[in-house]
Amino acid sequence: MNRIATTVVAAALLLVLPWVAGNDFYINLASQILIYAIFALSLNLLVGFGGMTSLGHAAYLGIAAYACAWFVTHAGLGQLPAAILALLLTTLTAAVFGVLSLRATGLGFLMITLALGQIVWGMAYRWTDLTGGDNGMKLGARPAPFGIDIAQPVPFYYFSAIAFALSFFCLWRVAHSPFGASLQGSRDQPRRMRMLGHHVWMIQFAAFVMAGFWAGIAGLMYVYYNQFVSPNVLALQQSAEVLLMSILGGASAFSGPIVGAVIITLVKNVVSSYVERWNTLLGAIFVITVIFMPEGLVPGCRRLWRRFRGTGLAKPAAAKIEAKSP
Amino acid sequence: MQFWVIQTLNSVALGGLLFLLSSGFSLIFGLMRMPNLAHGAFFMLGAYLGVTAMTASGLTLWWGVLAGGIAVAVFGGFLERFILRALAGNEQGQVLVTLGVSFIVADICLLTWGGDPVPIPAPLALRRPIFFEGLAFPTYRLVVLGLAVVVAVLLHLLINRTRLGAMIRAGVDDMQMARGIGIPVSLLFTVVFCLGAALAGAGGVIGGPIMGAYPGLDADMLPLALVVVILGGVGSLLGAFVGSLIIGFIYNFGTALFPDLAYVILFLPMVLVLVFLPQGLFGRTLR
Amino acid sequence: MTKLKRRTVLKGMAAAGAGLAFGAPAIAQAGPIRLGFLTVKTGPLASGGIQMEQGLTLFLKDHGYKLGGRQVEVFTGDTGGSPAVTRTKLQEMVERDKIHCMIGPLDTASALAVDDYIRSAELPTMSVAAAENMTQRNPNPWFVRGTSTSAQCAYAAADYAVKDLKWKRMGTIADDIAYGHEMCAGFQRVAEESGAKIVQKLWPPLVSPDYGTYIAQLKTNLDGLFIGFAGSNGYKWVHQLTEYGLASKVKMIGGMTAIDESLFKAMGDEALGLVSACWYSAAIDTPTNKKFVAEMNKEYGADPGFYAAATNVEGAVLEAAVKAVDGKVEDKPAFMKALRATNVADTVRGPVKFDDLGNIIGNVYIRKVEKKDGKLWNTVVKTYPNVSQFWTYNEKEFLAQPVYSRDYPPAKNLE
Repeated sequence: MNRIATTVVAAALLLVLPWVAGNDFYINLASQILIYAIFALSLNLLVGFGGMTSLGHAAYLGIAAYACAWFVTHAGLGQLPAAILALLLTTLTAAVFGVLSLRATGLGFLMITLALGQIVWGMAYRWTDLTGGDNGMKLGARPAPFGIDIAQPVPFYYFSAIAFALSFFCLWRVAHSPFGASLQGSRDQPRRMRMLGHHVWMIQFAAFVMAGFWAGIAGLMYVYYNQFVSPNVLALQQSAEVLLMSILGGASAFSGPIVGAVIITLVKNVVSSYVERWNTLLGAIFVITVIFMPEGLVPGCRRLWRRFRGTGLAKPAAAKIEAKSP
Repeated sequence: MQFWVIQTLNSVALGGLLFLLSSGFSLIFGLMRMPNLAHGAFFMLGAYLGVTAMTASGLTLWWGVLAGGIAVAVFGGFLERFILRALAGNEQGQVLVTLGVSFIVADICLLTWGGDPVPIPAPLALRRPIFFEGLAFPTYRLVVLGLAVVVAVLLHLLINRTRLGAMIRAGVDDMQMARGIGIPVSLLFTVVFCLGAALAGAGGVIGGPIMGAYPGLDADMLPLALVVVILGGVGSLLGAFVGSLIIGFIYNFGTALFPDLAYVILFLPMVLVLVFLPQGLFGRTLR
Repeated sequence: MTKLKRRTVLKGMAAAGAGLAFGAPAIAQAGPIRLGFLTVKTGPLASGGIQMEQGLTLFLKDHGYKLGGRQVEVFTGDTGGSPAVTRTKLQEMVERDKIHCMIGPLDTASALAVDDYIRSAELPTMSVAAAENMTQRNPNPWFVRGTSTSAQCAYAAADYAVKDLKWKRMGTIADDIAYGHEMCAGFQRVAEESGAKIVQKLWPPLVSPDYGTYIAQLKTNLDGLFIGFAGSNGYKWVHQLTEYGLASKVKMIGGMTAIDESLFKAMGDEALGLVSACWYSAAIDTPTNKKFVAEMNKEYGADPGFYAAATNVEGAVLEAAVKAVDGKVEDKPAFMKALRATNVADTVRGPVKFDDLGNIIGNVYIRKVEKKDGKLWNTVVKTYPNVSQFWTYNEKEFLAQPVYSRDYPPAKNLE
């Protein structure tokens, strides 16, 4: 598939969307999808390219969102300084958590990230003096980047689209750089990588921190969109959902998490009005994906397409999410 | 003085309940190398099924325990046989599948029993408190502790004095060798998963008079099971027992003395253990 | 259980529409009144939220889904008690379903979370949530509240506790949420100003399966304990207190949601003798209420409590306002004015009217649980008429002080 053509088409679609969607509700939905797409892409750096499955990624989204809201409302900072400080704090936390989590691999890593995520959630939930607890924290107003007002759905959508495009571009470059290659190498053959002189721990740590940073960007977008943040953005369910987005779309394909974000957000917001049992649907999607399309929708569809065209391989070149021992 | 005594008794009773929950979790984790994230859902499902059986038949709690345990064991068996086995060897996939299943079970329970918490009555004889040096303590909670000890002893005998137990221990120690000497590992997996599920389901009913059955019970119990098993050591029954008691104490005293840090107190030990002592207090390495 | 499914409503509308086609006046109908309804159907507050839906359904059914001559279409959203989900659902309803007005949300936290959105969307809201500031220091012009602020009934409870029950040393225990904080603050204020002392304040989290820790911390020499639980926590507390053999030793007075009719089935005889203060009781002896109670029993097999009565009262308010504007709910300022000007003498709770900030002025009842004809009732033992959100305080002075919270007013007598 011609990469440039796809990019142009995608960019055109993004630009035209507000006119096609028509309704404010759908424009806002599109903004939400873009925000979650950034979130899912950030996690995919860890899961897909790094082979490290984390169940605590929501922590970084939440910390950025809370920090930004707190700096603006309680510390009286301007929007830009607040955003920068929030990102700094998130990245720092990712660094600390990275050091702790990378003491283990595979299942151990999963458990530590889960536990750390729960700790952050617990703090947001019970430390009411700082976070407001269950009541959450409000963000008075959206920022005005370069003086442009993004309070309305359409301008905010374009703001999200730009943020998304930037994030996509940066993450794409990282994933397809020499660093990205060594990250994938560390995922597949850590021992060999070490023999070749690569510092596997450092590579994985860098990926962890980067993933945290970009999740922080998503967190800022989240709090700008909602103008509100509450502890449930840090709950296990949120970490599970973003992991599902990554896996559902396909962890090995770059567009996979985006597809996953689209599907999951649509299921949550639109389908849930018509189907009362949407949680079951979510769980079922999880189960079915892991069993029948473990490589995810995008690679799975590509495979089916190739088979249909007759040019495919007999066996799927699936990149399963497997625990690798060091 | 009253505070310390009651809190200690509470902690020990909670520890007993946690043991019922986490013994199954530890067995499954130890043998099948995967944390069954649907374990909290098993607990909740057992509670709901148990109380339904009790209301339908008019019988007391103990029959509900039996009903809950058996029903969840059957459900667990189906889950293992048809879903987990399809992902044999792919532990992370299995973990994610159990997570998905927990969502489904939680939602089905909500659909079937509604959003209202369902109270589970203790047997009449155990409803009055025990009086002890002027202090009153709920009899039922002490009974739960007693049950936990009985279950612990039975499990210990099972694991250490029966052939099945020997096979389980072999599988936990060295899976390849166990397969090599002809132990039917697949069948063992099913048996252990059912056993773990039964313990969770029965535990749900036993814990019912204390906690009730409500949507979100699974999400409340699963992290506790995780913490207990990580702390005590995966695959170790003694670890599960000691871990349960420790967590019982930490939870009760922690919530009373440092309410703002309730979850931090619970999960910080888990993180520290995972980082510095990955095999837990009594277990095998979690890698 | 009857649910306000869109399909059901649409079917009803189709039937009504067919009926209209025959012999309706030649005035063009401008489409139905689109009513948004935010409630909680999952989570710890679900028992209340489900009753809210029942109360509203019953009210609308009674009126044939028509108010002021216009059809009513209801859009229900389950917020799960989560402020974030409340925002999403409300946005959905405003942007996609284009609702004209809203009843709900249930919990204080959710109301606070959507406060600014309601303002920017200019959505007339009939709130159930008890958040104080929404009709006080940060008054939302689009708000009317037919239920109560968090502290409104707690004032009466404190007054009764000190003057009638003669309690001097008291403690409070409530869910650790804004609602609980505000309620206990109100209780403490009136109690201490009447000469009593609050010596202990306990705050278990909203989801606390086990109250053992808190039971252990209860001081043994309290005259009475104010319990400010929401959802089904009141039942859990009393039940566990019984398990510890303390239910007969600890005298309690409940806030408006702790000893609710919806909990009687679960509580059974453990509830006998429990006193509480609320703006409603199923035992209120008026024809309107008796009819309501009978219908609730017929449809849902249970007495109405706080939650079912809440939506029923808001429905009555809505009806009065719709009639006042002749069905033209699109004219938002006029509709809002009509809502605020509501003065209905006969709802299930008694008379309803609003103050300048949109909060109710109405009766608060002290109730005691008694058994009559083999059934539990919240028998009314005292009525405080014309209670406003400011109790007996001067409005200006009240508003100049900070909002009630966990630490305000400061508890100076804690031991």
